[in-house]
Amino acid sequence: MMSRRIVEKAVYWLMRGTTYCLVLVIAYIVIDIVYHGFPAISWTFLTGMPRRSGAEGGIFPAIVGTLCLVLGTIAVALPLGIASAIYLSEYARAGRFTRMVRSAIVTLAGVPSIVFGLFGLGLFVLFLNFGASILSGSLTLACMILPTIIVASEEALQTVPKSLREGSLALGATKWETIYKNVLPYAIPGILTGSILGIGRAAGETAPILLTVAAFYLPRLPHSIFDQVMALPYHLYVLATQHPEVDKVRPMQYGTALVLLVIVLGVNLIAIILRNRFRKRCRW
Amino acid sequence: MAKHAWKEKAIRLLLRVSASTSILIVILIFVFLGKEATPFVVEPGIDELCSTRWMPVSFQKESFGIVPLVTGSLLVTGLATLISVPFGVCAAVYIAEVAAPWEREILKPVIELLAGIPSVVIGFFGLLVLAPLVKLLFGLPSGLTALTGALLLALMAVPTVISISEDAIRSVPESYKSASLALGASKLQTVWKVTVPAALSGIIAAVMLGMGRVIGETMAVMMVTGNAAIITASPLESVRTMTATIAAEMGEVPFGSDHYRALFCVGITLLLATFTINMVAQGVLKKHRIG
Repeated sequence: MMSRRIVEKAVYWLMRGTTYCLVLVIAYIVIDIVYHGFPAISWTFLTGMPRRSGAEGGIFPAIVGTLCLVLGTIAVALPLGIASAIYLSEYARAGRFTRMVRSAIVTLAGVPSIVFGLFGLGLFVLFLNFGASILSGSLTLACMILPTIIVASEEALQTVPKSLREGSLALGATKWETIYKNVLPYAIPGILTGSILGIGRAAGETAPILLTVAAFYLPRLPHSIFDQVMALPYHLYVLATQHPEVDKVRPMQYGTALVLLVIVLGVNLIAIILRNRFRKRCRW
Repeated sequence: MAKHAWKEKAIRLLLRVSASTSILIVILIFVFLGKEATPFVVEPGIDELCSTRWMPVSFQKESFGIVPLVTGSLLVTGLATLISVPFGVCAAVYIAEVAAPWEREILKPVIELLAGIPSVVIGFFGLLVLAPLVKLLFGLPSGLTALTGALLLALMAVPTVISISEDAIRSVPESYKSASLALGASKLQTVWKVTVPAALSGIIAAVMLGMGRVIGETMAVMMVTGNAAIITASPLESVRTMTATIAAEMGEVPFGSDHYRALFCVGITLLLATFTINMVAQGVLKKHRIG
């Protein structure tokens, strides 16, 4: 009996150890990047133009480029995603069309990011002749994060109780008035949370923008949505693997990695905080 | 009133059209990948693709055999799955069944944090920290090996495996566990002999979805596997995956060349592979939910 107890304890500790081993690795990655990246961060690094193909100067165009791409992605994916979710949650009846939409969403969620890149290259860059531009990159990223936004928004809409809809309908409101005035306001925080997670993913992705927008080295700011831009993830990749003086630009690499990490994790953190607040406030 | 009805109809239609964009995108992905790839299948032909040498730039004769790329992807994916399954499943069981509520509140966001780290940052970390470690440990001339890639990919698959396995484990009815405990089984016996087997199909689906993510991963794997297009089963050799090939070479090819089209063929192969893995995983998940 005693030995069985000991075995149990041992197995528990093994499982605990495995789990915390993962936590340790995650912590190590983050701490390593922060520790080495922090000394590289300065005002000139954040707001300056890169010089000598990124070996000196700052990363301002890459930051602006990533922000442009993220904004473009939001502008396309958010309305489309929310509208799809409203349809699926409020209007769709079980049938062939709904089934097709649902399996399309699942399929899209599983498509590798580099394949989105190929698709964006074939459709937006070449066929529609947008060229390598913010427009092509944003559209490609929007296709990629659309499933995330739809699934999260639908979940948020589903949590709004039926009684709210019935009350409104009983008072004579039309279906759309009900959705617009009585369902959406309560679902918005949930929708935003899910969407923010998707947006965080878009900010950090490299493979799709590699083929559709990102410039190797372009020390100026974009003027229109048809311009190429630098982007943080691609800039980090270039500095880390393609740069001729790869060891000398180490601080620049770590600095770029840190800025990217802060942006992406910051975005995720906002989503997590928002979700926890929403959960506490809304108990139906 | 008539105006109302008209407006309602218009909104409904608009929403329906929005919903159908997902279908449209899926169709367009297949159409445009197919469109750019088919000329290659016609000429030089599918035999060329099945050859065992990937040498797209050569003074004598270019060769576009995707076999080394496929085996490279399989090796890295297989290894990554082998590494991620014990960690992922152990952690999922721990979080779902063993951890105290406050512990769970901390562990779950931390794992989500891992899922949020961009792959290029993970690749960068792998390049600077993991690759030298692998080099030192195995006494290799270079740390850029299939194993290095697999370790990073395992790390990236773990959040997927954990979150879906945990869902599956939590959806096991309480009555199963109570019955097992009432029969005198210990908590640990209940977990491993009742709960985990009951959730097994969900766990398998989780592992498959993790695999789907791994095989499609590009940046991290491109940065640390060394990118040598050779056929090998050794984890300590450099390999070149399908994803890395597309990402590394697409920037330099002339549009419309054989090389360009061959890369689209690689893309289709990749798409079909992930598509199949995900479909099977979804099928397993669906069965799990019904059963």
